[in-house]
Amino acid sequence: MKEDDLQVFLTGVQNYFTQMAGEEVFVGTPYLSENTMPAAQEYSGVIAITGRHKGIVYFTSPGDMIRRLLVLMGEPDISESNMMDLVGEVANTIAGNARKKFGERFEISVPFVIRGAPDEIMLPRQNRSFVIPLEWKMHKAAIVVSFHKD
Amino acid sequence: MPTIMIVDDSNVIRNRITRGSENIELEVVATAGNGKDAVKLYDLLRPDLVTMDLTMPEMDGLECIQGITNINEDANILVVSALSDKATGIRALEYGARGFIYKPFSDEDLFSALKELLED
Repeated sequence: MKEDDLQVFLTGVQNYFTQMAGEEVFVGTPYLSENTMPAAQEYSGVIAITGRHKGIVYFTSPGDMIRRLLVLMGEPDISESNMMDLVGEVANTIAGNARKKFGERFEISVPFVIRGAPDEIMLPRQNRSFVIPLEWKMHKAAIVVSFHKD
Repeated sequence: MPTIMIVDDSNVIRNRITRGSENIELEVVATAGNGKDAVKLYDLLRPDLVTMDLTMPEMDGLECIQGITNINEDANILVVSALSDKATGIRALEYGARGFIYKPFSDEDLFSALKELLED
């Protein structure tokens, strides 16, 4: 994966916050990270990538940020179940939007949501990932992109 | 009052489309979290409009569009999906969808797409 390929994820996450929350998210400089120390906040929405590419894309966020986002979206039910649902939906939207660049053979799974970081099976520890740091209303989150061409 | 069914595996998105639909005086007669349930509910309720996610468990949105158009080839289906490659959009239209909006969407995007479909 090349650094150029990251732009579609940066644009995707910026667009998500502008459209859904009506507010911009600050996107930091992406960096490469060893998977031995995966980026993780309280919840992670994970999308498996198959087809021409293999790997995962995940959105990781603290619970407070998701609660705030739900409120701004007008959702009255701020239950944990809806929080996990939204974390998965953010990941799904950003990965789905990436098909604009990678095409229809960038196949994405339905989202699954976990607490903390993806395990070794999803995120092989010998590999590295691109981390796109995000900051929104004092909360720190990230998009993590870890896939390769098959 | 025109009726609508909302199909999306995300509860938060179903709720958002429900609120948006009610604001433009559509009656939400059903919601479904996967394509299989949606086809059954469509057959039972025959809503005037359907919003359809594409990436869903059990039966995805494209199969579901086929299932619904097999029941009623004039079904009014609006795809609401994050899959933003051209080929998927074209395929959805070939399968019988009448419109397509990309996630993330604004309330205005949703309102104008639903209104356009109703006017057709």
